[in-house]
Amino acid sequence: MSDRAGIGETPLAVEHEERPELRHHFADVEQQRNAATLGMWWFLGTEIMFFGGMFCAYLVYRRWYFPEFAASSRSLDLIVGTLNTAVLICSSLTVAMSVRAAQLGRRTLQVKLLLATIFFGLVFLGVKAYEWNNKYKEHHIPTFSFSANDLIKENQKLFGLDQLQNDPAKLQERKAEIQRRSQIFFSLYFALTGMHAIHMVIGVGLFGVITWMAYKGRFTPEYHTPLEIAGLYWHFVDIVWIYLFPLLYLIDRRPGA
Amino acid sequence: MADHSEHVVRASLYWLVWAILIVATFLTAWVATVDLGAFNTVVALFIATCKASIVVLIFMGVKYTHEKMTRPILVGAVFWLLILLILSLADYSSRYAG
Repeated sequence: MSDRAGIGETPLAVEHEERPELRHHFADVEQQRNAATLGMWWFLGTEIMFFGGMFCAYLVYRRWYFPEFAASSRSLDLIVGTLNTAVLICSSLTVAMSVRAAQLGRRTLQVKLLLATIFFGLVFLGVKAYEWNNKYKEHHIPTFSFSANDLIKENQKLFGLDQLQNDPAKLQERKAEIQRRSQIFFSLYFALTGMHAIHMVIGVGLFGVITWMAYKGRFTPEYHTPLEIAGLYWHFVDIVWIYLFPLLYLIDRRPGA
Repeated sequence: MADHSEHVVRASLYWLVWAILIVATFLTAWVATVDLGAFNTVVALFIATCKASIVVLIFMGVKYTHEKMTRPILVGAVFWLLILLILSLADYSSRYAG
């Protein structure tokens, strides 16, 4: 510490000189990179708790109102949901590959893979909009002219309505209950898929900026931290969907159940 | 300076992870149509957790990171999430539905 005059020659000072992306408050590039990824992991930790609250509400109501949740879940399009999950997985692959392309210093490949990521993200959102529109047509948007009549018609046995045929008062009561409880499923469905979609929209915007930076050649094998931490975010949003898909779409798809 | 180079994962490994995730997605959709009783939910969540784990380990690079705090943060967040879910479900499941 006593010999301050010599600092200009230390390896540390040389690294600061040679690496313009290295901020002055970090000792070296590795520390800067670790701080950035660590910050993203902390943020993702808070995101786990954010989605966790909604998942918890969903699981509790699913346990309480199982027949209504099973019937509502069956009204979602299984094939569209499965294919959309596959689209999101493809986007995670292109993100991982684009980080790899940056590590290898292949700029054109990087930009192509990032554009593919944005494309898959937009396809996912488009399919989601299509599904939401179907829910609108089926009167399955809570409070907004919501009707569980189609669910009641298709799931007489599941709801135990066949045993209430001789008791009109109880039958009416049960139908009103189904109407209330299936709205809770769809409220949670829209809250969860909606929050997920907002994260996707933010992700697509983020990757728009990242793609532009990659196009400008900002990322090198030594420095591509923005791409890397944006990638972490994208994979996280993918993981949220990996859980949402079975929980929302696959509650009870057993034939004849 | 010290070697800052990151671990560059083989492209074939990323493709393998992708293939596993795609197969697992169709598998979970198919197995939901098979009557396993209460185990349908268990199997669905098990497959989802396997998928999430390989995304975290390979795609998000937790398997290769030199950063020592990443794993404790991840394990801590999941642990707290499980406290929330398990204790809440144990409570609500053991009382009359409201």
